[in-house]
Amino acid sequence: MVAVILSLGLLVLDHRYHHLQQLRNALAFLTYPLHYLADLPFTASRWLGETTSDRDVLLEQNRELRNQNLRLRGELQKYESLQAENLRLRDLVDSSFKVGDRVLVAELSSVDLDPYKQQVVINKGAASGAYEGQPVLDAHAVMGQVIGVTPFSSTVLLITDISHALPVQVLRSGLRTIAVGTGRIDALALPYLPTNSDIAEGDLLVTSGLGGKFPPGYPVATVTRVDRSPDAPFSSVVAEPRAHLDRSREVLLVWTVPNQLPMLPGAAGAETPDAGADAPTPAADESLGADRPEPAT
Amino acid sequence: MSADGHGRLVILISLCIAMLLTILPMPEWARPFRPQWVTLVLLYWAIALPHRIGVGSGFLVGIVLDVLTGTLLGQHALGLSVVAFIAIQLHQRIRVFPFWQQSLGILVLLVIERLLALWITGATRGETPGLVYWTVPLIGALLWPWIFVTLRSIRRQFEVS
Repeated sequence: MVAVILSLGLLVLDHRYHHLQQLRNALAFLTYPLHYLADLPFTASRWLGETTSDRDVLLEQNRELRNQNLRLRGELQKYESLQAENLRLRDLVDSSFKVGDRVLVAELSSVDLDPYKQQVVINKGAASGAYEGQPVLDAHAVMGQVIGVTPFSSTVLLITDISHALPVQVLRSGLRTIAVGTGRIDALALPYLPTNSDIAEGDLLVTSGLGGKFPPGYPVATVTRVDRSPDAPFSSVVAEPRAHLDRSREVLLVWTVPNQLPMLPGAAGAETPDAGADAPTPAADESLGADRPEPAT
Repeated sequence: MSADGHGRLVILISLCIAMLLTILPMPEWARPFRPQWVTLVLLYWAIALPHRIGVGSGFLVGIVLDVLTGTLLGQHALGLSVVAFIAIQLHQRIRVFPFWQQSLGILVLLVIERLLALWITGATRGETPGLVYWTVPLIGALLWPWIFVTLRSIRRQFEVS
């Protein structure tokens, strides 16, 4: 009886409030060895495969990567000049913009969590500076955000989880909306679009940065279906995530680096973005105009 | 005293192995069919040693399982403590059943745990899983005789009482 009441109390507390996150993180430290053990055979077999692979294959791979690196560097040069030009133009029209995010590569642990929740475990945690609410990308697009951190691992909620919503923008028309997870790994829903909104199949959705958690401008999904029925107030729009949510092995943890913008007064630790623990949110920076006066104390 | 600590170690290790099986990666199509390993092992100990494994143990194991699998804190704790309670009430009857009848009893307990979990996810997340959800207790009940025999031989081997 006591146990039932206690469980129900915990359920309500965990669902309604977020005080229990610390308890959860502390307990997660205890369960980390289990995660590690479950992952061990896969890590070991990969290590074995890498150490015993053929020299020729490695050389071939090396050459390929070199070529790819060269090509990417070439493209990067173009990108850098474009970025500089963009900043100059934005300076001219006096609008604030920031570029340059710090990233860290993390690997997925081969661990299965609850099959009815879309979350994964990665092998970088608080010791590497990961923090709750941190955006996670893969090589293609946004994957999700960190929801739990232990010293050596973190749990990532994918954007397709039913409890996840992400502020996005249609790249073509600039239309802002919210992409909600559907619980299926290959679909996001855009439920808040009126029937006359400017969106079409094939449109690219990028993060709008309005929620304050994700940096703006990262690709999220491609619109795959738009259903406009005249009797419904909203059109039903489905988009397919561009990130390889079920196939990526490496992911990128992103720290948004504040660039040439004044810090929020009183935001403790905002000057040390490397710590990652208290990086100021982009929304806070955007609301703070470059010429905004200091509040009188 | 040392025998007592010894027994606890055996029970803990068996539960840890069950938890490992719970998070071990499986192919995508097989994921929804994963049996309730921890529930099965906990049920065995609750039926075999009701004076040692009870509602409290069920609750603690459930909390750890919640953290391990990232579910709402208390979801597994509720299910496991309720199931452990029923198992302790019925342990003398279940023990003398033949295997197939035991499996039926276990099936009912597994379904109860699954149902409680379904209520909680339904109330907090508003999603209803498909029929696949209910094949899991069935698989668990089919596995029960093997789990029972294995754990019983382990218990006799290490003289846990």
